[in-house]
Amino acid sequence: MFAYIVRRLLQSTVVLAVMSLAVFAGVYAIGNPVDILINPQAGQQEIARATAALGLDKPLAEQYFVFLRHAAAGDLGNSFAFNVPAIGLILERMPATLELATAAMLIAMILGIPLGLWAGLKPGSAAGKSIMAGSILGFSLPTFWVGLMLIMVFSVYFGWLPSAGRGPTANFLGMQLSFLSLEGWRHLILPAANLALFNLSLIVRLARAGTREAMRQDYVRFARAKGLTEIHVVGVHVLKNVLIPIVTVMGLEFGSVIAFAVVTESIFAWPGMGKLLLDSINLLDRPVIVAYLCIVVTLFVLINFAVDVICSWLDPRMRLVDSQA
Amino acid sequence: MILRGIAAEFAKSRIALAGLALIALILFVALFAPLISPQNPYDLAQLDLLDSRLPPGSHSTAGGTFWLGTDDQGRDMLSAIFYGLRTSLAVGVASTVFALAIGVSLGLAAAWFGGWVDALIARLADLQLSFPSILIALVLLAVLGQGIEKIIVALVAVQWAYYARTARAAALVERRKEYIEAATALALSNTRILFRHLLPNCLPPIIVIAAVQIAAAITLEATLSFLGLGLPVTEPSLGLLISNGFTYLLSGHYWISVFPGIALLLAVVSINLVADQLRDVLDPQGRR
Repeated sequence: MFAYIVRRLLQSTVVLAVMSLAVFAGVYAIGNPVDILINPQAGQQEIARATAALGLDKPLAEQYFVFLRHAAAGDLGNSFAFNVPAIGLILERMPATLELATAAMLIAMILGIPLGLWAGLKPGSAAGKSIMAGSILGFSLPTFWVGLMLIMVFSVYFGWLPSAGRGPTANFLGMQLSFLSLEGWRHLILPAANLALFNLSLIVRLARAGTREAMRQDYVRFARAKGLTEIHVVGVHVLKNVLIPIVTVMGLEFGSVIAFAVVTESIFAWPGMGKLLLDSINLLDRPVIVAYLCIVVTLFVLINFAVDVICSWLDPRMRLVDSQA
Repeated sequence: MILRGIAAEFAKSRIALAGLALIALILFVALFAPLISPQNPYDLAQLDLLDSRLPPGSHSTAGGTFWLGTDDQGRDMLSAIFYGLRTSLAVGVASTVFALAIGVSLGLAAAWFGGWVDALIARLADLQLSFPSILIALVLLAVLGQGIEKIIVALVAVQWAYYARTARAAALVERRKEYIEAATALALSNTRILFRHLLPNCLPPIIVIAAVQIAAAITLEATLSFLGLGLPVTEPSLGLLISNGFTYLLSGHYWISVFPGIALLLAVVSINLVADQLRDVLDPQGRR
């Protein structure tokens, strides 16, 4: 177990290093941020001075080396556009994205598990079939278009919910969060529902397949033979076994949800780190792009690792060993 | 004969047949867009600013009818959608063909040669699949810039790994079979064994993945174009049309966004329905 963790962490470090080099070289090969940042009427001298000030006159290898040395000390460079530390900009936006992603996951699970159970218990019924048809639609609908339709129906047509922004936030454990006030909830619900759609469909499918599988097992027959109520059989014995794959997949999907938040945040003008990434790409704000990727990749590595550990704890049949596939 | 059996099995699902019919219709529209569109939406001479943002069913100053309304430049939405479908499908199909060719070749090579070749390709594919596709495509496009060939490169870079993994898994099973042993004993060349003997027997799961991935590629392209990172304004795909309409959605001009969205949805759903049935027929174990 210990050797496994050490090896995993080493692998992750290598992944991070390779990724940072690739991103650094790629991002630094494009465009000249100086062109965008300074007044177009500026003279040659001024351009040269700005280039030197940003450290862009040095060779690429040296720039990368400087970047690595600073990164080791937790400094991923200053944003060209805002002239503040890039990592600070991202960490400042991170709570908004995490709040959105968590809300989306909760919606997906709270709706998805019961719907999937129902479809699994009654696969031939009209309800079961409609749930499955709905999940195919949920997979096929492009996220960004669903977001537009939600805005059109709930904000423009009915005028019930706001279409943009986070609303008032309140301080909670040092983070600015929306879910503490009613107005914050009204801002959160549409983007969260939009982001939840894909995973809701995924959970419905997983829960349905898991339920159908579990209902055929001996332990279900035995529990029934013992005279347990159907609610007890489904709610305890079936549900427990259905949950294991769902926890695994949802843990891994959390990373995708954060990535796909880029789309949802841009539609609903949600001030999270995904929107920051898009703005930075448009401004060629290299340090922020590189810092975003470093942080997100670290997050992914940590999530994958946590999922492995949680699964081996939930299901002792899954051992923590290297799979030599 | 095998093909006839597959076709009969496929036809058992009416909903999949409906999907197939819809795909045929969409392909027809995309291929013949210039012939069947009421106007050429990118010929500025045919546009009249007086016709801008007319609701569906309005009459144009020239006398025609805009069945799906017009956008902010007086463009007929129906024609814009036909042309947009053309671009979206072309990008989706082109990226799928390239990703399939590259991914399958690498996957077969990994399974066949083993050793460090296998380790390198399999690790690379695993590593890439652990990151969400949209993130990889976003970063690549940030580096490459806009353009139809650039978005195809980005989509291929995102998708090759799915084919490589599928082809490798199928080939690892197939290569242990006797017909491969016989081919090796005949001293056939590696290329010939790989592409004439191994590949045809690995095709079923690859076809299923390809069907799913075409739909994914079309959706991803639309998403990237919507975010302003995909295609340039001169070659609007459905994603760009929807993005253009977003500005007017809040003021109640719903048709500029909604109809291209429905066209995109029909394309993706019909492909997914066919892919679902193909999976049942060709690759029953692969069902999730």
